Amino acid sequence: MRRKGFENAVELVILASAMTAIAGLFLIFIFIGKEALPVFFSPEIRDEAGLSKLFLAQAGPHPFSWQPVSLVPKYSVLTLFAGTLKATLVAIIFAAPLALGAALFTAEFAPDWLKEIIKPVIEILAGIPSIVLGFFALMVMATFVQDAFGTLYRLNALVAGIALGIAVIPVIYTVAEDALSGVPYSYKEASIALGATRWQTASRIVFPAALPGILAACILGFGRCIGETMIVLMASGNAPLMTWILDSPIRTVSATVAAELGEVVVGSGHYHVLFFLGTLLFVFTFAINLFAHWFVKRLQKKILGIT
Amino acid sequence: MKEKTVDIKNLSVKSASRLILKNISLKARRGALLAVIGPAGSGKTTLLKAANRMIEFEDGLESSGEINLNEKSIYGMDLSELRRKIGIVFSVPTPLPLTIYENLAFGPKLHGSVNREVLADKIERRLKAGYLWDEVKDRLAEPASNLSGGQQQRLCLARTLMLEPEILLLDEPTSGLDPVSTAKIEAALTEIKKDMAIIFVTNNVKQASRFSDETAFLLLGELIEYGTTHNIFTAPANKKTEDYITGRFG
Amino acid sequence: MIGRIFITLTGLASLIIVLFVLVILANIAHHGLGTLSWEFISSAPAHGMTAGGIFPAIFGTILLVLLMTIAVIPLGVMTAVYLSEYAPKRSALVSLIRLAIQNLAGVPSIVFGLFGLGFFIQFAGVGLDKFFFNSQIVFGQPAIIWAALTLALLTLPTVVVSTEEAIRIIPDSHREVAYSLGATRLQVVREIIIPQAIGGILTGGILAVSRGAGEVAPILFTGAAYFLPALPTKLNDQFMELGYHVYVMATQSPDVEATKPILYGTVLVLLLLTFSLNFTAIWIRSRIRKKMRALR
Repeated sequence: MRRKGFENAVELVILASAMTAIAGLFLIFIFIGKEALPVFFSPEIRDEAGLSKLFLAQAGPHPFSWQPVSLVPKYSVLTLFAGTLKATLVAIIFAAPLALGAALFTAEFAPDWLKEIIKPVIEILAGIPSIVLGFFALMVMATFVQDAFGTLYRLNALVAGIALGIAVIPVIYTVAEDALSGVPYSYKEASIALGATRWQTASRIVFPAALPGILAACILGFGRCIGETMIVLMASGNAPLMTWILDSPIRTVSATVAAELGEVVVGSGHYHVLFFLGTLLFVFTFAINLFAHWFVKRLQKKILGIT
Repeated sequence: MKEKTVDIKNLSVKSASRLILKNISLKARRGALLAVIGPAGSGKTTLLKAANRMIEFEDGLESSGEINLNEKSIYGMDLSELRRKIGIVFSVPTPLPLTIYENLAFGPKLHGSVNREVLADKIERRLKAGYLWDEVKDRLAEPASNLSGGQQQRLCLARTLMLEPEILLLDEPTSGLDPVSTAKIEAALTEIKKDMAIIFVTNNVKQASRFSDETAFLLLGELIEYGTTHNIFTAPANKKTEDYITGRFG
Repeated sequence: MIGRIFITLTGLASLIIVLFVLVILANIAHHGLGTLSWEFISSAPAHGMTAGGIFPAIFGTILLVLLMTIAVIPLGVMTAVYLSEYAPKRSALVSLIRLAIQNLAGVPSIVFGLFGLGFFIQFAGVGLDKFFFNSQIVFGQPAIIWAALTLALLTLPTVVVSTEEAIRIIPDSHREVAYSLGATRLQVVREIIIPQAIGGILTGGILAVSRGAGEVAPILFTGAAYFLPALPTKLNDQFMELGYHVYVMATQSPDVEATKPILYGTVLVLLLLTFSLNFTAIWIRSRIRKKMRALR
């Protein structure tokens, strides 16, 4: 009888622990969101940093300026969005072909001994903390890029984008490689039996069959780039400029939060806008993750039948 | 010694798609070895697993009817106690990934702390009862997976006996085993039956006629015939029984 | 023929990636090895961070991940055990928990930093201060415990996934045998599941530690500091940390050239720490898998 009671208590504890993940996500949303609410609802904060100030063009010579620490604080988040987008685009354009190419190579063409080298190396890359990559970008890559391309600024979106790309290669590679190796052998068998070359089988049968996973890989990589902080903090020059020029410094959403939250006054407009940005980051990456997984399931059903 | 019986009355088990057992009633008592025979898919394994409530691990099975252990319903008992009293040996040897000694000690340790000397003594007695002692007495610290299939199955039998159950259920325990192990297990059971009731499922009709006292013939979930082994095998009442025993279908 | 060209291109892509990794590691090793010495690891910074060692940062990092581990391993293991042993087969709760784990893994690390600030420090910490310390500021400020708990939430998915992977390998027959001998569910977990999943638990824990030691964004405002006169000894102390040290020194130090050797040395130490942890995890994983195969 006593044992039964003890068992029930333990089961409760285990159930409570299992709820931590759900509770965690929930609490994250609530506690970050609640500090963002004044941007919507508090009259004083709205005056200084309401939605119109964040998203619409302001009067003056610089309509989309992010300058929270100044006589007249300016909070155009569009500049930050532009910065994030710029760095992410550079990163994906750089990383996706490399990662997907490598994934295709190790899944379809590489001999076993070569696979045993490439895969672990990419795993090693995955284990390198982003602070280290950011450091490398700051100390070495920036100089290299400036010498090679003659850019005006040493730290800019290009450097940050490439470093970001290096960081996100393992993510794209792993998911894409999983998808490619998961294509049933029977598909390849049929193609080979019809006399197709290795490349033909890979490009016309395997790759399309793995497309849901490959797309998911890119989407997940995109999501990772959006949220990445340290690399951008160190390598992007941290100046909130909004321009199409590739080699100008930028400020991303995540870097802004990281750089400015340390010195902000609790309860000020700046403070709430930073939390607002954080909420946006959370919601956006959450949505991307949900979408990527739902999307993969949906497409997988269509292409491979119910797995 | 007190009477050890398991009494199954009107047991029916159904899944979402079909009726697995239809209204089965039979009784097993200490001193008599009951063999349950019948072709594959007749519900023999389900019958055994109903007796120690192991079918509750499978989704979607509903059972009705009574099963009484020593006149008390098994549904009212503590599950842990029930399974100590009704032991089971499965058709495939299932040693735990532990040493031979630890395999045997596993059951007693679950039910309370045990004195090491008492345990060692019990292990020796049970291994002897399972006709395995001579082959493993110097190897108790080895992994159980080092043993052959037949030895592993005798180990599983000894492991279950460590709990001194009142009823022993065996699900085709010698299928796929070599003749020596089979003979040893049959000899062990013949000796053990004086201490407990044994229900023994087998696909091998000859084995049933060899050493069981009572036989029940199950066909597609129905209890076709049930009586002493002598009667069933010399003068079966039902035509289907006769056909099965003589091998006209299987 | 064209096929050959494309195949070569994909091989080239792999080569480029490998080269990148080698260049990065070589660069750090080259510039950092010169700084590495027993003194570097065991003494404190001096001369405004341009000389001396980084022992406080190493100490802080280790203490941080130790606290994190104490929180994350029980939570992660119990979550995995719940999902595989206790939860009813097709319940909505199970899908929800799995979804939450998956999404938790995708949350940006800076968001965790915000959470640490907004929940742990400003809610839990301030709350603790109100109830136990008469509203003095004891826990309502950046502290190593809050940083550790924030990291624990961040690395929770790692531990859960690794443990579940190990539990999944356990054949059902082992559970069946235990139950048939009269084991209760808790006994099955304690005697069968945990012992057989210990490899996955260890691997998950080590990978979590490796991740926790490398993340900087979550600890930016939850307790990391650049220069502290003393080592952290209480749960509400601030702490120096390897990654954070690199960040501040690289971006805010007035004399980059003078601090370059220390920077590279610190980065090298961080990398060595992370790598040795990862390799240990992988090694344990393969050792346990071999053992499992032997005993099966």
